[in-house]
Amino acid sequence: MTRTDPLDVPRPHAQLHFGVFFQGVNHWTIWSAPDSGSQIDPASFRKVAQTAERGLFDAFFLGEGLRLREVDGKIHDLDVAGRPDAITQLAALAAVTRRIGLVSTSNSTFNEPADLARRLSGLDLLSEGRAGWNVVTTDNAWTGANFRRGGYLDHADRYRRAEEFLTVARALWDGWEDGAVADSAGAPAWSAPGAVHQVRHKGPQFEVDLAPTLPRSAQGHPVIFQAGDSGEGRDFAARNADVIFSAHGNDFDDALAFADDIRRRLRAVGRPDDDLRILPGTEIIIGATEEEAEEKKRWIRLQQVTPATALGIAGLLWGIDLSDRDADGPLPKEDPVVSENDGSFGARRIADPRTVVAEWRAKAEANGWSLRETVIALGPQRGHVGTPSGLADKFAHFVRHGALDGFNVTPYLIPDGLDDIVDLLVPELQERGVYRTEYSGTTLRENLGLRAPLTHRSAADRRQAG
Amino acid sequence: MSGPALHLAVEIDGDGAHPAAWRRAAHSPDQLLSPRRVARVAAVAENAGFTLITLDDGVLPPGAAPDPVGRIGAVERAAFVAASTSTVGIAPVVPVTYAEPFHVSSQLASLDHISAGRAGWVVTEEERPEAARAWGRPLVADADARARESRDGVEVVRALWDSWEDDAVIRSLATSRYLDRERLHYIDFTGDTYAVKGPAIVPRPPQGQLVVLGRPDRVPAAQLDVALVEGRDPASLTTAAAGAGAPRVFAEVEVALDTPEATAAERVADLERHAPWQDRGRLRHIGSAEQLVALLSDLSRHVDGVRLHPLVLDEDLAVLSRLVVPALSERRLVARPLPGTSLRSTLGLERPANRFAAAAPSGQEDAR
Repeated sequence: MTRTDPLDVPRPHAQLHFGVFFQGVNHWTIWSAPDSGSQIDPASFRKVAQTAERGLFDAFFLGEGLRLREVDGKIHDLDVAGRPDAITQLAALAAVTRRIGLVSTSNSTFNEPADLARRLSGLDLLSEGRAGWNVVTTDNAWTGANFRRGGYLDHADRYRRAEEFLTVARALWDGWEDGAVADSAGAPAWSAPGAVHQVRHKGPQFEVDLAPTLPRSAQGHPVIFQAGDSGEGRDFAARNADVIFSAHGNDFDDALAFADDIRRRLRAVGRPDDDLRILPGTEIIIGATEEEAEEKKRWIRLQQVTPATALGIAGLLWGIDLSDRDADGPLPKEDPVVSENDGSFGARRIADPRTVVAEWRAKAEANGWSLRETVIALGPQRGHVGTPSGLADKFAHFVRHGALDGFNVTPYLIPDGLDDIVDLLVPELQERGVYRTEYSGTTLRENLGLRAPLTHRSAADRRQAG
Repeated sequence: MSGPALHLAVEIDGDGAHPAAWRRAAHSPDQLLSPRRVARVAAVAENAGFTLITLDDGVLPPGAAPDPVGRIGAVERAAFVAASTSTVGIAPVVPVTYAEPFHVSSQLASLDHISAGRAGWVVTEEERPEAARAWGRPLVADADARARESRDGVEVVRALWDSWEDDAVIRSLATSRYLDRERLHYIDFTGDTYAVKGPAIVPRPPQGQLVVLGRPDRVPAAQLDVALVEGRDPASLTTAAAGAGAPRVFAEVEVALDTPEATAAERVADLERHAPWQDRGRLRHIGSAEQLVALLSDLSRHVDGVRLHPLVLDEDLAVLSRLVVPALSERRLVARPLPGTSLRSTLGLERPANRFAAAAPSGQEDAR
C-alpha cells in the first residue's frame, strides 16, 4: 500500500483507538509455549493492563464465562479455561493503572439491575471514570442451570430483557443528582435532601423499587459496549451503545460496509453517525520483514491449532467424534450429521455444515491439504500480519476512510503478547499522526472521544428545546 | 483456642460504626467514595498490624432515606485494596439472601486469587423487605427462611470452590490437553428453592476455601471457619463463645476511644446529637486505650480474636494503631501477619482437602 496524502481522505484527522481483550476460554491463546503465562495469576492481568496503558490503549477488556464449555456433555479440555470474575478483577486493576479504561463483559440475562448496576458504579468510582460495560445476553437453559432463575428466557426475549435492564441501570446511575453529596461535615445531611431519587420500574422483565446507592462518576456513568452482529444486535447497539465490537476488521471493504450499515442505523434512531466507536476484534502479528511475519504466523497457527484442536473443530463441523482420527491425514469420508442441537455449548454453532464440508473437501483436494492444514487455512482468517510500518500504513488507511475507529486486540500470548504492538507498531502509528501521544482525558469516555452519556444528553437536549 | 495470640479484625465500612460518623471524619463527605480514601483506610489498618479488615455491605444504601449515604460494593472495594496491600486479610460482607450463589462464589474466589490467599467472607442476611423489592425477588420473609438461604448459599459457594481440584490445569503437551476434566466436578446442588450445576468458572482459590465468618445462630457452625459472637458484657460473650462450635471464635466489640482532643464519652455525645448509635447487642467500650487493652486481654482467654467496630475510623483507628495494638504486642497477645502468609495460616487454620478429590480417587472415573 502506498502512502496517501493524509488530507486527501474522508477523515483526515481520525485517530486509531486500541483496546486489549484478555481472553478467557478460547484456542487462540497459546498455552503450550515456554513463555505462556498463567491465565489466573493476578500478575498476568497486571502485566497486560500496564503494557496496554504504556501503549496508550483506551481499554482493557475482560470476557465472562457462566458455565464451562462442553462438547457432547463432556467438559472441553483442549483450550485455556478458568478465569476470574470480570468486575472483581477490574476493581483490582483500577488500583494499579491510571488512565486505561476497564471494561467488563457482564450478562444481562443472569444478573439483576440493582446488583450489577451497583457493581459497575463502584468500579466506575474506584477507577475515577474508567469503567465500561459490555452488555451480553444468553438464551440457553444450559447456562441457566448455574442460577437460581434457571433457564427461562427464549431467544426473542433476551434482547428485550437486555434493553429493559439498561433502562433500569441508567435510571440507577442517574438517580443521584450532580452535587448531591455534601462537601462539608457541617452540612445538614450527607446527601442533599431530595437529590437522591427512588427508582420505581415496572415492566415485562423487571419490577423493582429501590434507592440507588452511588453518586455519578467523573464520566457520568459506565461506557456501554455491545458485540452482537445480528440485525437485532446492531439495532440494539445503535439505540444504546457507545462502542460496538465487530468481527469486521480484516478486509477493508467488509469493514467499510459494516461501518456504513452502523452509521445508517445510528441516523435512523436520531443519533449523529459518528456517535458510536467501531472496534473490531483482531490479532496483530508483527515481524521485521513480511517474510518473518508470515513465518511467525505459521508458527502461531500450529500452536493454536494442535492436532487435537483440529480434530475437535472438524468434529463440531461434522457433528461426529473425530478424536481418534489422524489430523495429518485426509478429511473424513463421512457426510456431516446435521442435528437441531449439536451438543456443543459455549462453542460456535455452524449454520450449514453440508455446504462448509463440501467447500473444505474441494479446497483440500485442490491444494493437497491434510485435515489440520485445512482447518488452519479455512478457519476464521483473523488478524493482520506484517511489518510495523506496513501495518501502520494499512491501519491509517482503514481509519481515515471511516472503515473503523480502532481494534480490540487479542494477544496470542499472555502476558507478553502486547509488547511488540506497543514497542514497534504504536510509534509508527504516532509518526503518521493517527495515534495519540498522550491520553486525551482522564476518563474512558473522554479518551474514546465520546459525547456525554445518552441519558444526560437527552436531558440537555430537552432543556435546550424547552 | 489457637494458642495465646488474639487476632484483631476491624470493620472499615464508611466513616465508622456510628451513623453520624461522617461528621467527625477528617475528610468531606464527597471524598468518602474516592479511591484514595478507600486505599488509605486499608493501609492504616495494615500498617497498624491488624490480621483482618472487613467491609460491610448490602443492596440498600446505609443510612435510611431521607439521608442515604453512598457505598461502593464490598467485593469491589476489597479487590481494589487487595491490589494495594500485601499482608492484611480482607473479608467483604456478602449476603446471599437474594444474590446468585454462583456469582458470589466467582467473585470471592477471584478475590482470593487477587490477594494471593488473603480473602475471607462475612456471611450476612438482607433483612429488610426493601431489599427484596430492590432485587425484584419474592420476599424471604421470616428468619428461618433467611437462615435457609444463608445455609444453601454457603453450601453452594463452598462446593463451587472445590469444583476445580488444585491441579486441574495440566497443560499436557503430550496429550494436547490444557485441563484434566477428571479433576473438574459438577456440584449438582439441589436445595429447597433452587439448583446449581457447576463446575465453577474460577479455578480453586489459593486457600482452597476462603475463611468464612458468620453468626453461628444464622449459619450452621460446621460451615463456618470463624464464628462472630455477640454479647453486651464479657460474661455473655464468654458464654456465646463457648457454645459457638466453629474452629475459631471472634467477639464483636464496638469501640469509642479517648483522643487527645476529646474523651470517648464527649465524642459519642457529640454524634448522638445527630443520630442514635443503635444498640445491636454488642459489647461496647467507651473509654481509654488502656482500658480497652485490659478488656481485650481478658477476652483473649475466651476467644481467638475480636472484630472491632470503631465509632469514627479517622479518630479511633489512629488511637488503635498508636496505643492499643502496640500495647497488646508488647504483652505478646497479638502478632502482625507475616508477608506471604495466607489468612488461613495466619489464623492457624489448615488448608482444607478438596471434597471431590477425596470422594473420587483418581483412576475410578477412567473405568468406564
